Amino acid sequence: MTARAAREGRPARTPAGSWRYRPVVRQALAVGIATGAYGISAGALAVAAGLSVWQAMATSLLLFSGGSQFAFYGVIGTGGSPVAAVAASTLLGVRNGFYGLQLVRLLDVRGWRRAAAAQLTIDESTAVAVGQEDRTDQRVGFWTTGLAVFLLWNAMTLAGALLGTALGDPRALGLDAAAAAAFVALLWPRLRGRDPLAVAALAVLLTLVTAPLAPPGIPVLVAAVAALVVGLPGGSRRPA
Amino acid sequence: MTLWVAVAAACALAYALKLAGYLVPHRLLEVPWVARVTPLLPVALLSSLVVTQAFVGDRTLVLDARAAGVAVAVVALLLRAPFLVVIALAAATAALLRAVS
Repeated sequence: MTARAAREGRPARTPAGSWRYRPVVRQALAVGIATGAYGISAGALAVAAGLSVWQAMATSLLLFSGGSQFAFYGVIGTGGSPVAAVAASTLLGVRNGFYGLQLVRLLDVRGWRRAAAAQLTIDESTAVAVGQEDRTDQRVGFWTTGLAVFLLWNAMTLAGALLGTALGDPRALGLDAAAAAAFVALLWPRLRGRDPLAVAALAVLLTLVTAPLAPPGIPVLVAAVAALVVGLPGGSRRPA
Repeated sequence: MTLWVAVAAACALAYALKLAGYLVPHRLLEVPWVARVTPLLPVALLSSLVVTQAFVGDRTLVLDARAAGVAVAVVALLLRAPFLVVIALAAATAALLRAVS
């Protein structure tokens, strides 16, 4: 902290009121804008999958977790049952619980602040918070990223849902291909290391085998087994 | 109506999982196998969703404009394009192929 402050030519002790000049705020806002912007695809894909504008907004406001939202839209959009959609969305949300486990030590929140922190616990806010060394930076990073993503994500979801409704036929616009591409883009940064690649290969295989046999939405849940097959016997190996 | 119930259930379960991390005693969740499986779960589900969204139609495997869109998306990701550019290119590819075919 002190060394970094000296390197950047600012006082080591930042006055309480000047937290907004911390570099972490710039980082948080950059992440917030980049992530929030693609809320427009969430809104557009939600209505393309058959959700109403209000249902699209409910998922962005209350579910507020990109991967889970896209999974929910994907299962509904390809004709899967609502139960399968809820299951896929929930399995993708398990990781947020583990983020909370890390954040509870950094944030020290109680009461309504804890309730709010839980809702803002997503990939981006966790990544920015745990990436800081200084305790204040961690907290400022978490709250700034979380709030920036939340506000922009919801505004852009509304824009995307209204735009999607106005533009009409989702297939003619290639929105089904956009949904597939969204999953590829969400998957991409997670494919580092041997275990994730093995899981991905096994999940693809399980899906190809079960898709012609099972109703839509079920193959995704079957594919979740790939994480258990690769992860359970991992013994001493560290996840990459 | 059923869809609203599903939306409400998905939202409630998502929040319950988020809050659980702040409330559940650490020892219950800090089991080694849970720590190994958790980061792999999104990889399995997202990989499967790519396949169902791009290559499955009406319970058969198909190769259509969506696959072309995904191929373009992969190239865009290799070139480090941002998220929105990736999916816009995929949509444009599929839309264009359908418009000319």
